[in-house]
Amino acid sequence: MSDELINRLAVDLKPVRTTALVERLALAVVAGLVLSAVAMWFWLGPRPDMAEATGTAIFWIKMGYTAILGLLGVWAVERLGRPGMSGRAPLACALAVFLLIMAAAIIAYTSAPAAARAPMLMGSTAAVCPLYVVALSLPLLVTVLTFMRKMAPSNPVWAGAGTGLATGALGACVYSFHCTEQGLPFLASWYSLGIVAVVALGALLGRLLLRW
Amino acid sequence: MADLPALEERLRALMLASLAGDAAAYRNLMLQLRDPLRRYFRRRLSADLVDQAEDLIQETLLAMHTRRVTYDPHQPFTAWIYAIARYKLIDLLRRSRGRAHVPIDDVADFLQADRDGLETAGTRQDLDRVLDTLPERVGTLIRRVKLEEQSIAETAAESRMSEGAVKVAVHRGLRALMARFGGQP
Repeated sequence: MSDELINRLAVDLKPVRTTALVERLALAVVAGLVLSAVAMWFWLGPRPDMAEATGTAIFWIKMGYTAILGLLGVWAVERLGRPGMSGRAPLACALAVFLLIMAAAIIAYTSAPAAARAPMLMGSTAAVCPLYVVALSLPLLVTVLTFMRKMAPSNPVWAGAGTGLATGALGACVYSFHCTEQGLPFLASWYSLGIVAVVALGALLGRLLLRW
Repeated sequence: MADLPALEERLRALMLASLAGDAAAYRNLMLQLRDPLRRYFRRRLSADLVDQAEDLIQETLLAMHTRRVTYDPHQPFTAWIYAIARYKLIDLLRRSRGRAHVPIDDVADFLQADRDGLETAGTRQDLDRVLDTLPERVGTLIRRVKLEEQSIAETAAESRMSEGAVKVAVHRGLRALMARFGGQP
């Protein structure tokens, strides 16, 4: 390492705010959310019964579950983008949130009369829900992975998986404004499946793209 | 090399000044990192790769430069630069062998890499203080194996443990220290 190079780097030095990473991450998330919301609005459209829906618990549970997972994912991205830091705490919290919703869904499912069970789980859109979740996550995946490529993740696979959790869950949150399903078991299964698919996609892309 | 917490404090202060745009502090920081990085890489590279150490120092300082936004001022600076150095080392080993084998090491190891010349009473005192946070038996094993370079077999015989048990105890002890220093296993 030559003195000349050290001098050149020192001359090139520009001040960096200690909050700069969080600001850039916030920008990437907001930009991705806007793109995802625009895509949802013009492609799928918001649910027609929005006014009544906001009066139901399940609307808020769907939005809350995905928003909380998304925020935990963003927290994991913030940790995993820094060398030597682990995303264990946010990822463990996300797992706990998922298990909580899954437990509530199982209770709802088993305590319902047999005839009501299938609609609670399958609704009428089970086959497309995970696909829409993945599709609406893609703009977020692009913006947050682009952010992550400027960071220094010491573990590219975990960094990619964390990015997938953040973007998959936020994509699902956007989707919840279109989706009219009412069942807790539906949320726990199909929304979660879509999110897990984006986590896997993120881990794969992390392995390929997050080299530095 | 100065003692551990003092070195951490000094480097961290230089890093914070560098982030604020102080080019002289930044230059000083890079110059001070050169020797510990060289020792770190040279100790871990096999004979056929040891001439790559200078390239790795360069890559580490370049990565520090272009990715300095990832330094969290609430974390120890040494843990941060160590993680960058380790990433660059693994990257090189992966490229050159296809399969990386990086020995278990930690931040304290990275910082006190020079046993030949610069180890001072102060370093030992601080290391003792760090090791004293572990159970006594584990601290003793780490001292024997990592600081006094006694072999696993000797240490095992002396403490009447199996070699496997010594390795496990040392590994767990280092992991506990790493968790405290903010490193990543």
